[in-house]
Amino acid sequence: MAEAVLTNALGVAADDDGAETPTARALRRLLRRKGAVFGLFVIALLVAAALLAPLISPYDPSLQTWSAVRKAPSALHWFGTDDVGRDVLARVIYGAQASLMAGIISVAIAIALGVPAGLIAGYVGGFVDALFGRVTDAMLACPFLILAIALAAFLGPSLGNAMIAIGITTTPIFVRLTRAQVMAVKVEDYVEAARAVGNPHWRIALVHILPNILPALLVQATLSLAAAIIAEAALSFLGLGQQPPAPSWGSMLNSAQRFLVNAPWMAVWPGLAIFLAVLSFNLVGDGLRDALDPRSR
Amino acid sequence: MLTLLGKRLLQIVPTLFFVSLIIFSLQHLLPGDPARVMAGEERDPEAIEQIRRHYHLDRPLPVQYVYWIKGVLSGDLGESMRIKQPVLSLIGEKLPVTIQLGSMAIVIALVIGIGAGIVSAVKKDSVWDYVANGFALWGISTPNFWLGIMLIFLFSVKLGWLPASGYVPLSEDWRLSLASTIMPAFVLGNAIAAVLMRHTRSAMLQVLESDYVRTARAKGLLERNVILKHVLRNALTPVITLGALEFGTLLSGAVLTEQIFTIPGFGKLIVDAVFNRDYAVVQGVVLVTATIYMALNLLADMAYILVDPRLRG
Repeated sequence: MAEAVLTNALGVAADDDGAETPTARALRRLLRRKGAVFGLFVIALLVAAALLAPLISPYDPSLQTWSAVRKAPSALHWFGTDDVGRDVLARVIYGAQASLMAGIISVAIAIALGVPAGLIAGYVGGFVDALFGRVTDAMLACPFLILAIALAAFLGPSLGNAMIAIGITTTPIFVRLTRAQVMAVKVEDYVEAARAVGNPHWRIALVHILPNILPALLVQATLSLAAAIIAEAALSFLGLGQQPPAPSWGSMLNSAQRFLVNAPWMAVWPGLAIFLAVLSFNLVGDGLRDALDPRSR
Repeated sequence: MLTLLGKRLLQIVPTLFFVSLIIFSLQHLLPGDPARVMAGEERDPEAIEQIRRHYHLDRPLPVQYVYWIKGVLSGDLGESMRIKQPVLSLIGEKLPVTIQLGSMAIVIALVIGIGAGIVSAVKKDSVWDYVANGFALWGISTPNFWLGIMLIFLFSVKLGWLPASGYVPLSEDWRLSLASTIMPAFVLGNAIAAVLMRHTRSAMLQVLESDYVRTARAKGLLERNVILKHVLRNALTPVITLGALEFGTLLSGAVLTEQIFTIPGFGKLIVDAVFNRDYAVVQGVVLVTATIYMALNLLADMAYILVDPRLRG
């Protein structure tokens, strides 16, 4: 019996001994998932491609070579060339810049608008909460892409406006998530304690509540990045995002559609790039959700 | 049941008000003088002045909104600048096409999504489970416009089995109609199938662990009967509501799919309107989709109450 108690105590001690920080524990759990590791690897590749594009790209993405129009993939042009003789690989590499930038900036806009709104709604409650709730409902009632198209159409077609449109359309998701998390956290004892010692409201919200809801926000941000990359590609495909001749995966697919019979490779590579980028962010988002969930230890 | 329904209807009113505010505000995002931009190619000052008067753009914003919403409530969504036709009748013309496409997509999504969800839950951790999960991940991550292009390449360009574009109404020739819509319907249904599969799987797994399922098995019922009669019925209830949220995906997806397959539906209407700077049509389409979306969600809520006796009260 005494032995059992001792081992038990030791067991607990051993658990405590591995006193790693929550971040380190989440990272260790994330890296145990093959899907998430694959996702991280692909994202690292894409970020490297975007940052190092001028160094690694085999050609200038805008260089038109009229003697090499719609050439199939070869040793000279690994991914083939497009309808005006531009190297498809170079355009896919440079396209990573537009896609990643659009993903990051539009999610940043959504966080910058949505998290403060959600914090206020959840913390203040009452009429403010009801008002924010109805506005959020109204934005969510307009289908994501249709609202983004409408916004991009009225703002005017450009990559910057597409990012604003996607950012605004993604905002309600963050308002709703932040609000729900704040509602759950604000009744905890430590928030009560912070209030009891006389902390001002803004300090309670920013110092005591916000850090505790960061994990949920991180998961949502990763999944929203995936959605934003698809949305940017969709808007560029429709001609409302990145304007030609600047390379973007979506606009490459748009022109590829006209040459499916003679040059199918024009459609294969940019589509595959979008698919891989979105898949990777989804895998990392799913992995993060499991790694950060205290119930799945 | 009626009080619940009444409550939901009351909730919808302020939401619709804010939807209308958002859509009304859109035209004020236009850079510069909205009347001038809306006039498009028309440079005649008289015409611009007429637009300004017609949309009451010379009045204060709240007054403009009241005029606009009065029109909307009486069914006047404005007139298409390009086709010179009321926006509402234009939408009415295109809607049946999208409804046909959407219904086919939903059938495809239900069959694939719920089927795969059941298989992966019942055969948890087997090869089938991995295949179904892989399919879901693929469905969520594939841009549907790319999938559409690749299907056209395979089935129209390479194999020559299906038409690459165009639309034949059901009333004209049902076979040709199905042939012209099966690929876009699959593209639309694919992403929704993935989401439905995930919902079905997690709902099934939860129910499979419940006490009454253990009892049903202990009674010696055939596993097939346990799954079909006991598990599925209870697991599918939440899937209905969660599935209804995917109507938004369906409507968004229709925009791209109709564009790729040149199907003259609702989605193509908004894209064409965007390129023709036909702003009244863009606003009308957003308003109608938001209303349809809310109505469908309300229906799903009612279905949920009907199916689950605990909520009837």
